Amino acid sequence: MGDSNAKWFARGLRAGVPIGLGYFAVAFTLGIAARNAGFTAFQAALTSFLINASAGEFVGFSLIAAGAGYLEVAIMELVANARYLLMSFSLSQKLRPETGILHRLLIGWYVTDEVFGVSISAPGYLNPFYTYGAIALACPGWACGTFLGVMLGNIFPASVVSALSVGLYGMFIAIFVPPAKESKIVRALVLISMAASFAFARIPLFDGISSGVKTIVLTVAISAAAAVLFPIREVKRDA
Amino acid sequence: MRSGNVYIYIAVMAIVTYLIRVLPLTLVRREIKNVYIRSFLYYVPYVTLAVMTFPSIMDATGSQWSGLAALLVGLALAWRGASLFKVAVACCATVYLLELIIL
Repeated sequence: MGDSNAKWFARGLRAGVPIGLGYFAVAFTLGIAARNAGFTAFQAALTSFLINASAGEFVGFSLIAAGAGYLEVAIMELVANARYLLMSFSLSQKLRPETGILHRLLIGWYVTDEVFGVSISAPGYLNPFYTYGAIALACPGWACGTFLGVMLGNIFPASVVSALSVGLYGMFIAIFVPPAKESKIVRALVLISMAASFAFARIPLFDGISSGVKTIVLTVAISAAAAVLFPIREVKRDA
Repeated sequence: MRSGNVYIYIAVMAIVTYLIRVLPLTLVRREIKNVYIRSFLYYVPYVTLAVMTFPSIMDATGSQWSGLAALLVGLALAWRGASLFKVAVACCATVYLLELIIL
């Protein structure tokens, strides 16, 4: 941990390369949804710059396009993005207790699935500059991708968009596999999570529930059960 | 059709989303000592990433099979210690090449 902030920023940049590229591709398709809601390229890019949430923005744009009111949009954002509450709680434990308020306010602006993923998997306490390095590439990728999505619409061939869109899932996999390899409990949890998620997504009974709500319910239920059954006496903070 | 002002919509979405993210980070300043809460927070990221990956990865692509193949390739490479970037690129390449053949 004796490394300088600049070194951590450089490491964050490296982790940010796949995030920025993946975001660019996903945001491109998001831009098309924004255009359908009557947003200009600037307004859509501003939305992406401020909100940084794929599901939250998709849902927001489609609600707005359907003529929803402000309150309805607010409630849906709360539901679609509630998982970030859990991630921020986790991150609060990853920061040194003496980490200043400005760092906390800035990190809070960009707790996305991927930036959270790389931040939480950094060794030891999190140096905020590592997260800033990742954001420095993720943010322009996300905002510019949205902007170009509105401007250029459907010019990209579908095969390229399809291929790029799994990049983000590849990153998720690279984050949860190493601890799953090390710990039998995490391995079992990952398999149970996938099986339960598959059931929730495919059984028609659950069709009325949004995918954001499903994610929250499954995350809370499975993690809570694991915490009760397999409490960890010493959460690792090595290196 | 849209019924309100675009900038108010953006502000509403931004404020709600920011509060969700920033409140835990600013209000929880100490380390949580309770072993159950600590364990819960330790498990959350892995569970939530696994839930979000499958089966969504199969719906993100042109064909379910290319998405499933990308999942398997990603799992195998990550298990063997490949970096985040390599795993992500390999998943994209798998989908692109497979869809050249099957679509």
